[in-house]
Amino acid sequence: MARAIVNVPATARRGEIIEIKAMVGHAMETGFRRTQLGKLIPRDIISRFVCTYNDAEILRAELHPAIAANPLLTFTTVATASGTLTFTWTGDNGYSMTASATVTVV
Amino acid sequence: MTSRRDFLVATGSLAGGIGLVFAAGGARATPASMQQAIGKVVGGSPVRRGKVKLDIPPLIDNGNAVPLSVAVESPMTPADHVRAIHVFTEKNPQPYVVSAFLGPRSGRASIATRVRLADTQTVVAIAELSDGSFWSDRKAVVVTLAACLEEL
Repeated sequence: MARAIVNVPATARRGEIIEIKAMVGHAMETGFRRTQLGKLIPRDIISRFVCTYNDAEILRAELHPAIAANPLLTFTTVATASGTLTFTWTGDNGYSMTASATVTVV
Repeated sequence: MTSRRDFLVATGSLAGGIGLVFAAGGARATPASMQQAIGKVVGGSPVRRGKVKLDIPPLIDNGNAVPLSVAVESPMTPADHVRAIHVFTEKNPQPYVVSAFLGPRSGRASIATRVRLADTQTVVAIAELSDGSFWSDRKAVVVTLAACLEEL
């Protein structure tokens, strides 16, 4: 099973803008490549990414085949309260991956 | 009689003029599929240049993983924030790259990711603001090794 890596600062001041990085291991097969025999390789991508902070959605993204393999997304949020960030990736062929990280707001 | 110098000056400015016309035409004449994709997102609203900063290397060795970041000038308050950032390409097999939906809780309107580019082309970033206006930035990139072409 592919692995997801998320990077969230362990602690933050209240109101601080924190940077979040989320990456997941996935080939992101575009559906435009062919084998040497000319057979089209079917599309297999992650099409949706959602990040929630204490169950409130802070970022949603729709990914397309033009996103590189092992999709990495970097974005920001305001550290409002201590809690959990949950990252969910879903895609073709029933793909689903979840990761979470905690942040302590001081 | 026209002197050699006059002739050169005249042809030089003519060539310069043609170059400018081509450059201006090239920047606007994007392939129809990208315009269609952008049209679906903006729904007929005018897209203005500015506010958005698309950051991508101008010369790319390997189109399989190109770092790309988009930042939009915005206070990101509930009254005035960036609702979404969309990225499009001109000559990839599909015009769509990514659509990210943000909100006031984002703090800053900036996202970064890695994309695939199939050819030397123009990349466009469009930001949708909470007041319903659309802003854009575009960058021309040169790709030496294209993505999507290798065989398995």
